[in-house]
Amino acid sequence: MSAADTTTPAKLPPPARHTPPTPPTGTDARPGRRPPKAAAAIPWALLAPCVLVLALVLGYPLVRLVTLSFQKFGQSQLWGFQPAESVGFDNFGKVLGDSEFWDVVVRTIVFAVGCVVFTMVAGMLIALLLQRVSGWMRTLINIVLVASWGMPIIVATTVFKWLFDSDYGIVNALLSKLPGVELIGHNWFASGPQGLAVIMLLVVWGAVPFVVITLSAGLTQVPKELEEAARLDGAGAWGVFRFVTLPILKPIIVMLTTLSVIWDMGVFPQVFVMRNGHPEAEFQLLTTYSYDRAFAVNDYAQGSAIALLTVVLLLGVVAVYMRQMLKIGEVE
Amino acid sequence: MSSMTTMTTGPGTTSVKPRKSKAGWNLLGLFVFLTAGFPVYWMLNTAFKPAKDAIDPDPSLLPTGFTLANFRRALNIADFWGPVGRSLIVSLTVVVIGVVVGMLAALAISRFAFRGRKVVIVGILAVQMVPLVAMIIPVFLLLNDLGQYDRLSGLVITYLTFILPFTVWTLRGFIVNIPKELEEAAMVDGCSRTTAFLRVVFPLLAPGLVATSVYGFIQAWNEYLYALMLLSQKNQTATVWLGNFTTKHGTEYAPMMAGSTLMAVPIVVLFLLVQRKMAAGLTAGAVKG
Repeated sequence: MSAADTTTPAKLPPPARHTPPTPPTGTDARPGRRPPKAAAAIPWALLAPCVLVLALVLGYPLVRLVTLSFQKFGQSQLWGFQPAESVGFDNFGKVLGDSEFWDVVVRTIVFAVGCVVFTMVAGMLIALLLQRVSGWMRTLINIVLVASWGMPIIVATTVFKWLFDSDYGIVNALLSKLPGVELIGHNWFASGPQGLAVIMLLVVWGAVPFVVITLSAGLTQVPKELEEAARLDGAGAWGVFRFVTLPILKPIIVMLTTLSVIWDMGVFPQVFVMRNGHPEAEFQLLTTYSYDRAFAVNDYAQGSAIALLTVVLLLGVVAVYMRQMLKIGEVE
Repeated sequence: MSSMTTMTTGPGTTSVKPRKSKAGWNLLGLFVFLTAGFPVYWMLNTAFKPAKDAIDPDPSLLPTGFTLANFRRALNIADFWGPVGRSLIVSLTVVVIGVVVGMLAALAISRFAFRGRKVVIVGILAVQMVPLVAMIIPVFLLLNDLGQYDRLSGLVITYLTFILPFTVWTLRGFIVNIPKELEEAAMVDGCSRTTAFLRVVFPLLAPGLVATSVYGFIQAWNEYLYALMLLSQKNQTATVWLGNFTTKHGTEYAPMMAGSTLMAVPIVVLFLLVQRKMAAGLTAGAVKG
């Protein structure tokens, strides 16, 4: 059980920087002894079912996503009345030439960046705070964090919908108690930016626990002596954090940030449910926009093109994540 | 807040600092506790509230009464046990397939050296990064072609896309943490590789296996988008069931919070039980490559 406190990617950066060695090392093969031929087949036999399933449920749809986005595919192709014909880059041309698409891209990026920044900053602050509070307070906060982490997204979304209800929501009632604020009856979802801000709050609320718990585990790995030494050298609290804690936590922070970007770019049910299944133009993010194109407009090809563009947009972030995982030696 | 700045100087030297310095941090901690916990509290508060108090424009922050009427209404608004049963079937099936197939794969990548191992590992990691939403269109078409649209089996297949890579990766973390010397000793003592695994590794892996299964179960149970898209109204699962509280006439919030409570409490309890184990497993891989 205590492993949660002791094991973490936050160990000091490995002394030897791994550029992937060609023969797999670090496994149970004792150096200098190659497995015999028959034994070499065992791992692949073990992997086979997994690879097969993934090829069917993930590989095939991925390929189909790419081919779809180069075809004309609407209702009549779905029901098989017409064959799907290839249209080259038409779908991409249409999508990229549409100014609405670019609005959606900008909105998605602003939304995701906002979510990630708030999540990381709040997560870091709470993780640092957890080190300083009394034990019983730490337990209380941890319970609340894990409970909100475990809340099904759909439940959390409906709860936030209720919190921010225009007439009977507690948020409006509480804010109206402030002098000079009158928000009873205020509809947060009448405007896109305000509504998305509420959704951002919901996303951050759900995402912070994971960040706090991972960073807390990382913080236990920061050697006390280093902090002491820095303090003796005259570093203030900020100095210790900036020059001791932060560099040691950097691998975890990079990992958490990239993961958050990937997750927050993929936010869907929160928007979808908040807007009762029909997000207005002002609420469209890339995910809902692609969904809308496919299932509301019945243009599956354009929907796929948008989804593909989203994946391409994310590839850079994924690359950073993978590099980081390789660096901390998680992938070995 | 001003007290914060004066205290930041000596947080590490807890042994020397008087109790007073903790008070400021605890106050801040209390604020975090209340803010983070409020949505959950308000859900429970509303769920047990008499309906008329739920639509009070100036709601009381403390509980005003106790009633189960909202739960009765929630259970009657649309069939509840049907969706729950379907969610159970889907989640359990996914977990069983995921854990069996995933454990074999996890063994392969954690206990064997073979050509292409690194590619497999990177692949499993990368696959988890594909946003599920982006796949909904081709998955929908695939199931449509296979005649699996609106079938629970179709949903099971779909859920494997995210449960399986996750299971492989997590189990790998647990297996890597079991010293292989134990197995080797058993093999020296005359066990075959298989019996060494069954007698030595498996018992040690069991807690991790349980935690991974529970976690996978929660993920499958919570899934919304695919369940909504790939099943019709008559086959809806528990998450989709929650949508029944919003109709054209508005939302019945108090029963909806009761429904939310019904959905959330078992899941949160399960989550609390396995969370520590999972946190260990998810990060364990880092210690021993």
